[in-house]
Amino acid sequence: MWHDAMLVAGKDLRLEVRSRVALNQIVPFALLVLVLFAFALDPDRGLLERATPGLYWVAVLFSGLLALQRAFTVEAADGNRDALRLSGLDPAGIFLGKAMAVGVQLLVLEVLLGIGVAVLYTTQFAGWPLLLATVGVATVGIAAAGTLYGVLAAGLRVRETLLPLLLLPVLAPVLIGSTRAFEAALAGAPAEGWPWVGLLAVFAVLYILAGVLGFGPLLEES
Amino acid sequence: MTTQSNATTSRPGGATAPEAGPTSTGSKATRALGILALAAVALLVLLGLWWTPADVIQNESVRILYVHVPAATLAYLGCFLTSLGSLMYLWKKSRWWELVGYAAAEIAAIFTAVTLVTGMLWGRPTWGVFWVWDARLTSTAMLMLLLLGYLAVRRLPADYHVRAQRASIIGLLLVPNVIIVRQSVQWWRTLHQEASLFADGPGATIEGIMLFTLVFGFVTFQLIFAWLLVHRFRLAWLEEQVAGQGLTAAIAERRAEGRSASGAAPAPIAPPPAVPSELVHRASTTGPEVAS
Repeated sequence: MWHDAMLVAGKDLRLEVRSRVALNQIVPFALLVLVLFAFALDPDRGLLERATPGLYWVAVLFSGLLALQRAFTVEAADGNRDALRLSGLDPAGIFLGKAMAVGVQLLVLEVLLGIGVAVLYTTQFAGWPLLLATVGVATVGIAAAGTLYGVLAAGLRVRETLLPLLLLPVLAPVLIGSTRAFEAALAGAPAEGWPWVGLLAVFAVLYILAGVLGFGPLLEES
Repeated sequence: MTTQSNATTSRPGGATAPEAGPTSTGSKATRALGILALAAVALLVLLGLWWTPADVIQNESVRILYVHVPAATLAYLGCFLTSLGSLMYLWKKSRWWELVGYAAAEIAAIFTAVTLVTGMLWGRPTWGVFWVWDARLTSTAMLMLLLLGYLAVRRLPADYHVRAQRASIIGLLLVPNVIIVRQSVQWWRTLHQEASLFADGPGATIEGIMLFTLVFGFVTFQLIFAWLLVHRFRLAWLEEQVAGQGLTAAIAERRAEGRSASGAAPAPIAPPPAVPSELVHRASTTGPEVAS
């Protein structure tokens, strides 16, 4: 399973490194979202700085959604879906591999967005252990849930509109949890943030399990 | 009702109606149930609007709760049925359960909408605003969105198995999602504000005819729920049946064409299980409606 996962993740990441779609389109989009927030909320009133945790995670969700769409668009062409099915790879491995590749891309996005808010919103980061733990478990949760719902929407003509409708309500707890944890860390009260990391971890575990169990039937049936 | 395993295609259109099958979703039992539900609604209207007194604190707006609370409870019941139906489909491949889950999800979405609308109408005179970011309100709104996602997938223009399989995974995750959303929203709000705004709601000091009306509201809504569920289920069942029959007829024709040289009798059109389900499924996946 893990060997298959590594193969699939490696394939997806190589694809991204070579095509540079993530770098050339998704990263600029993520930074654009940050700039749009600044247009919407007057930068002079300190609103941006106070709202940084929420804006940051909304930007991560939106740009992560693009990365997820992309992860399944590359499988849509040339009957790749059938090829994956026939490849003999463990479906759980395929799920984990795709989720890992999405997770790595999300991590890159998160680092860049972090630099973005530090520069553009003059946010002072503090409470590093909590911040890093939050980023870690939230990324795993988004990647796992996103991959599961991504394959649910994949291969359908309406996938571009369907995936956000399916995924964003499911990710609402991740947005709440990661935003509160960031707020706690930035406010210098990390003790309030750790329960949220626990919630995010429960979410991540639940969706990894659901994906490992459910990916096989989904890949077979459609 | 049995769980026949003949496969179906996406659309009921273009197919002939089943000859021997029922032509309506009603039966004696459901008609009796419907009349009972109507009578209960009439009685609930009388009880709720005339016979019960206005509340000391909430005045006349308390009457909304006779609709709001039962609707909310049955919306949760519908979600539970959807998850159960999805589980049974994924586990046992039971089409009967899958259709029950689908029917329950539609009704749950309606009841959730009723809950939200009546809740807002009640909130306006009671709290002065239509909406507050209370844990219950927020999680109910998220539940509505999750249900709409399930229904969007279930109604996709694709092969029955594709729709049912994908919708069932979402349906199965519905209840865990609702629990996680509810937990997170509850934590989120309790970090900010203390007592729930529902503290003076039902259950606090409700008694006498008001309590009776609330309980009667539950009974009424259960009757409506059951009536809707039976009809919606039968309708969905017939839809799939019609779609399957059209496909079976078409396949039978093709097979008859192929076999006419060897002199085999053409397959009859009426009984759907005449064709192996595997063949039907394979044929249906090559239809124009099927994705990718």
